[in-house]
Amino acid sequence: MDTAFAERRRRDLIVAFVLAAIAATVPLFVKDSYLQNMMVLTLMWGALSQSWNILSGYCGQISLGHALYFGLGAYTTALLFTKFGVLPWFGMLGGGVISALIAMALGYPCFRLRGHYFVIATIVIAEIGLLLFHNWDWAGAAMGIEIPVRGDSWLKFQFPRSKLPYFYFALALACVAWFVTWWLEDSKWGYWWRAVKDNPEAAESLGVVVFNSKMGAAAVSAFLVAVGGSFYAQFVSYIDPESVMGFQFSLLMALPAVLGGIGTLWGPMLGAVILIPLTELTRSYVGGSGKGIDLIVYGGLIIAISLARPQGLIGLFSVKSLAGLLSPRRKEAVR
Amino acid sequence: MTADAIIQSLASGLLMGLLYGLIAVGLALIFGLMDVVNFAHGEFLMIAMYATFFLFVFFAIDPLLSAPLVAAALFVFGAVVYLLIVRFAVRAKANAGMVQIFSTFGLAIVMRGLTQYFFTPDYRSVTHSWLGGKTVSVAGIFLPVPQLVGALVAIAAFGGLYLFINRTDFGRALEATREDAGAVALVGIDKNKVFALGWGLGAALVGLAGAIMAIFFYIYPDVGASFALIAYVTVALGGFGSVFGAFAGGIIVGLVEATTAMLLPPSLKAVGIYAVYLLVVFVRPRGLFGSM
Repeated sequence: MDTAFAERRRRDLIVAFVLAAIAATVPLFVKDSYLQNMMVLTLMWGALSQSWNILSGYCGQISLGHALYFGLGAYTTALLFTKFGVLPWFGMLGGGVISALIAMALGYPCFRLRGHYFVIATIVIAEIGLLLFHNWDWAGAAMGIEIPVRGDSWLKFQFPRSKLPYFYFALALACVAWFVTWWLEDSKWGYWWRAVKDNPEAAESLGVVVFNSKMGAAAVSAFLVAVGGSFYAQFVSYIDPESVMGFQFSLLMALPAVLGGIGTLWGPMLGAVILIPLTELTRSYVGGSGKGIDLIVYGGLIIAISLARPQGLIGLFSVKSLAGLLSPRRKEAVR
Repeated sequence: MTADAIIQSLASGLLMGLLYGLIAVGLALIFGLMDVVNFAHGEFLMIAMYATFFLFVFFAIDPLLSAPLVAAALFVFGAVVYLLIVRFAVRAKANAGMVQIFSTFGLAIVMRGLTQYFFTPDYRSVTHSWLGGKTVSVAGIFLPVPQLVGALVAIAAFGGLYLFINRTDFGRALEATREDAGAVALVGIDKNKVFALGWGLGAALVGLAGAIMAIFFYIYPDVGASFALIAYVTVALGGFGSVFGAFAGGIIVGLVEATTAMLLPPSLKAVGIYAVYLLVVFVRPRGLFGSM
């Protein structure tokens, strides 16, 4: 193993640990519930984008249909809890497994598709899911599901009085998503994915089973996104098809990664830390989401980043003092 | 369901399908020219509808008359989008696929935000136009006049496009650039100019469709989203880049939609279209008429 690469990975781990520790102390100083809410959302979108990044960034299969898995996670948890009284923890696990299985079942035909055909297939499939939930009476159809408050404990995963537990769960989720990425980056899967992304034919000829590596990426990615969806359902305690499976969720999962650096370890989290507070603040500053200012900010940022810095903002942190978080240098190290 | 009702519904499906073809053809043209999918295509349609609406409200111009004006305005808009955004997006060295998708996606989001900001999310409609709300009876089948005229405009536009591509210098330059942009540069054709004009032409075609759609459809900032998805399906069915594949694809989509609406609850009618897309690309990953 290349020592420079091994060293960078060790540094990444230390930096992540320090950042997580700092993040964990922030709510001790920031008591404002609006700001705490914003921090929960930032961590959640960071985790979701990190998970999206596994399939779309590392493996290069750009999905704009991940809202499907987010929604499946949210619905599984909410339905099991309200209809059968099953604890959200089991719902979370169940939703994750269901999503991973569905991702593989869908991946079976979809991974034969290339480029735009693949992207459009992901959009269309999520859209079918949305329409089905819209018409599924048992699951509340268009009215959605109101999750009743049945306790105030970690066991029931409901905290009507405080945002803090949600914050710590979101932080843990973000850490898990980051750590899974970190770990996979240096596993055989990580190398396969990058090979598949760069040149699938060459990868295949060198013995990488392209199809299986895509399936693996899809399963991991969908599982983590579904866990995020379960969390979101408990956090907002009311879901309907549009608010957990709408197309904007697929887009919102992609944006932090695109902004921070697609296919990089730190990109999604960096993107979320910039994007989510920025949009939340513009929204409340301008007043009401109906004005469209948040959309203009989003869209403008995406155009600017994709044209000016297609490798994402993370590249700006490439100075040695910042622990060498950069991807281009990492690529060299890998070679 | 009676035979009459089935014929009735297939006939309206066919008319709508021709319009879907007209909405989608600009997308196919641009893709064929330079392998770029315009993810803001639905928003092009949306601003064309708004333009038609405002020409009607402020100048009392009927949508039928404003259609050429709107198409001309969209032509300019499309060329400007190419020159300001797409021209740079296709040059990206890193993450080329991502850049192409997200630069036009970003544009779509900005356009939606701007319309929400300036025109509010309210639903608008052209309240009384020459064609709006009228129907004709052809051999016992009742057809809505706006859709009928829209279908005729679509057929005329496809005919015009055919002549244009085959009979004019610009059309031949377009066709040549599409086949080999590098070789074209050698014979002194400015690739950028052809691309800009191609984007202009693609946008003008969707502008034409938007003016017709404004007669019978509500106008709101998100209106483009659902039609854009139908347009991608149409173009993919026809094989990306095949201009006349889009024509056939549109007809198929229209008929499938009408059939689904007869079989399933109305709110599920789009499911049929999406399912057909998936079926087709799973069997033929390059679309129905796409070259392999």
